[in-house]
Amino acid sequence: MQLFLNQLFNGIEMGAVYAAVALALVLVFRTTGLFNFAQGEMAMLSTFVTWQIAQAAPILVAIIAGMALSFVGGALVERTLIRPMEQKGNPLGTVIITIGLFIALNALCQLIWPPSRAQSEPFSMPRPWPTRGTIEIAGAQLKWFTVWLVAILLLECLALYVLLQRTKLGLSLRALSSNQESSRLVGINVGTMLMVGWGLAAAVGSLAGALLASRSNQFDVSLMQFILAYAFAAAALGGMDSPLGAVIAGFIVGIAEAMAVTYVDAVEGIPIVVPLLLIFFVLLLRPEGMFGRKVVQRV
Amino acid sequence: MSLLSLRGVTGGYGAGQVLHGIDIDVDEGEVAVILGANGAGKTTTLRAISGSLKQVDGEISFDGRNLRRVAPHQVARLGISHVPQGRGTFTDLTVDENLRLGAVTRSDPGVAGDLARFYEMFPRLAERRDQAAGSMSGGEQQMLAIARALMARPRLLLLDEPSLGLAPLITRDVFERLGELNRSEGLTMLIVEQNATLALGIAHRGYLLETGSIVAGGPASELAADEGVRKAYLGF
Amino acid sequence: MSDQTVTPPNPEGALTVAAPVRSKPTATAAFAVLVMAAALVLPFVHDKPEDLRLLSLGFIMGIGAMGLNVLTGYTGQISIGHAAFYGIGAYITANLIIEQNLTVLATLPIAIAVTAAFGALVGLPALRVKGPALALVTLGLAILVPTLLLKYGSNKGVALWKPKRRHLASPVDSLTDGQWKYLVPLVALIVVYVLTKSLVNSRAGRSLIAVRDQEVAAATAGVNVTGAKIASFAISAAYCGLAGSLSVLVRGQADASSALSYFQLSIYFLVAVVVGGAATVAGPILGGMLVQYLDDKAPEWSGNKVGMAPFILGAVLVAIVYLLPGGLLGGLRQLVARLRRPPSAPDPSPNHTPATSEVQP
Repeated sequence: MQLFLNQLFNGIEMGAVYAAVALALVLVFRTTGLFNFAQGEMAMLSTFVTWQIAQAAPILVAIIAGMALSFVGGALVERTLIRPMEQKGNPLGTVIITIGLFIALNALCQLIWPPSRAQSEPFSMPRPWPTRGTIEIAGAQLKWFTVWLVAILLLECLALYVLLQRTKLGLSLRALSSNQESSRLVGINVGTMLMVGWGLAAAVGSLAGALLASRSNQFDVSLMQFILAYAFAAAALGGMDSPLGAVIAGFIVGIAEAMAVTYVDAVEGIPIVVPLLLIFFVLLLRPEGMFGRKVVQRV
Repeated sequence: MSLLSLRGVTGGYGAGQVLHGIDIDVDEGEVAVILGANGAGKTTTLRAISGSLKQVDGEISFDGRNLRRVAPHQVARLGISHVPQGRGTFTDLTVDENLRLGAVTRSDPGVAGDLARFYEMFPRLAERRDQAAGSMSGGEQQMLAIARALMARPRLLLLDEPSLGLAPLITRDVFERLGELNRSEGLTMLIVEQNATLALGIAHRGYLLETGSIVAGGPASELAADEGVRKAYLGF
Repeated sequence: MSDQTVTPPNPEGALTVAAPVRSKPTATAAFAVLVMAAALVLPFVHDKPEDLRLLSLGFIMGIGAMGLNVLTGYTGQISIGHAAFYGIGAYITANLIIEQNLTVLATLPIAIAVTAAFGALVGLPALRVKGPALALVTLGLAILVPTLLLKYGSNKGVALWKPKRRHLASPVDSLTDGQWKYLVPLVALIVVYVLTKSLVNSRAGRSLIAVRDQEVAAATAGVNVTGAKIASFAISAAYCGLAGSLSVLVRGQADASSALSYFQLSIYFLVAVVVGGAATVAGPILGGMLVQYLDDKAPEWSGNKVGMAPFILGAVLVAIVYLLPGGLLGGLRQLVARLRRPPSAPDPSPNHTPATSEVQP
């Protein structure tokens, strides 16, 4: 029972991170209809930027500044790299661009913050709140860090929910994903909305990255490497256009992984198999996921 | 001076020109109708006006303002509401959200009042206000589209084939409502249609569009009485 | 020979392939033969091992890129996991040499057959998903294969298999090791090039193009869409498997220790295809050699900075997709065509089909 609970808590902790990145993916997909293969690496770049700011400012300030910068960055990427290709009507080209970004951003981080530096002085992300210690529940240890992490990310999801469902901006974003042409006709500036969508996604990714980095004593460029697979699995499972689905599915993926690693021998050492199998089965059996409305089909 | 006027408007898609010099006037407070068969260029004309047509040339002026290079969302903000062919409903949003979207550019406090007014005017919409708009029938969606367009308090309403895909009785109802709106509110409308009888029935002025050119134009009653028009469009 | 000017109604920019245009066959064929002859003669006049090695690796990249091109450029299915097949090919070759004492050449048919079978297997889900979703599945492949190889096939806990040097040495007395390691991939490249050219110009090849452009229409015209997709996956996998096998000869090892490197290699293949030009058979070869060259030299130029090569390649990929969607060879072709055309003739710009769902009256 103790083992089960410990693993459950682990799963919930990682699940919150998967949920956040999945949410970013879904935001982009809903507004622009695109899979952003570079979402994880954008989050990683944001994380490094946040770290850099944290070298000169309190961590909370750094995180908020990081999110703000990421918002701008995401909006710029949409405007300069994605939109022109979209206007040419070349979906394959847009996918390739995000793939190119994936590699380029990862490499860029290695260039600006070389791993060799880490050998003498590791990159370490301070925690935004003091969290030592654990709570004991039925013999298992629930880290305070887990509680805070999950709480913050859930709060973020809630904030996004309120934004999307209860504000004019949110309504405009949802209109965009529902019918772009009609959105124009009611007076929505589609271009601005696209930028906002990408910007929000980038900001969400930034927070997720910063929190993930603070989980261990140090982080490096491989931080987000595999998260992409998990986030995609969650997004696909939840339904690529359902933010709520992404969050729920994120936790499911996290818990499933933790359980599989513990109880299924074949998975030992290769936890990545869990999200990959999930992606595989979801895409083959139920492409619209749990809550999705549209079938994932853009090309 | 007309509220809307087109002079020598040409345009099309890629290598194909659809419009070959359109001249149209719509005065404030009147209902103008453009009749034409499939492929004549009706939708393209409306798209040229609302800014959705990329390849366009000629003079398009609205209330003295040149519309030619204006982006569609800005045309909407200038007071032109375009109900596209097929109604352009936000199918996965609720009826209420669809209506609110009509007023998304408005920041005045009158929005809630207008919303209530339209629910009164169209009780069927009120019944379904929290349902997905895509689940409604064609006629209901048409009412929704019109109400949505009106939520913007436009000065000019553009309607693209409101009769498309609707049963005759429903279509008659739609046109009756449109006629009423014009009479009670003085709302200016430009309607493109294949169904000449109903359209000319509420119109003040009519035009005939054939393969991208206006071949006839004048008071609606004259057009309705014209031998050629009757044979070609009214079926008798 | 007559010109085949069937251009598919495809407004896309990157990764489009016009149906094979057999214009001026003698000029391009002569040029190709010249290049091949020069390449074959090179190791005997310029016997520097590092240069030969770099070229060999370039040939290997070229083979892999050609393979991906069959799938992506010609059949329109995107994959970012083809390094998996490369890895499998390398693994098979290395292990057969170590365990069974086979020569490199003897392992090639086996590696090709196995990777082709795997490719066909992967092609099955491709039947159900499209575009980015498919890319995602192939991404999973790129991560999965090295992970599984490490877990189930590792060599004393490490995913590295090194055959003894003597197994990789030249069996021909008159050729040095360096020359042998250069000539084998080169000959393989030439053979594969000729095979690919004839595939593309065959009826089978045109079926692939039909599947890429108008899948539904192709099906109604009697093209076996399922067969075409699976076949193109199998063929492209086999090319990459061959490339992987050959890499063991040149590098002296098969390495599955890093999933990121697999993903990176998959993207390098994609870069090679896009940069070289998906519109031709030879384009990916050029692209492959360029990618290999950049990968090798970038660390030198940047003072050994880790990450310079992938950064440049990622940036180049984005730039090429925008500026030169037809890749280098595609751009070259356009340039030649423009120079050949008399200045008074109108420039046939591609038809712009608007992306609207509205019915045009």
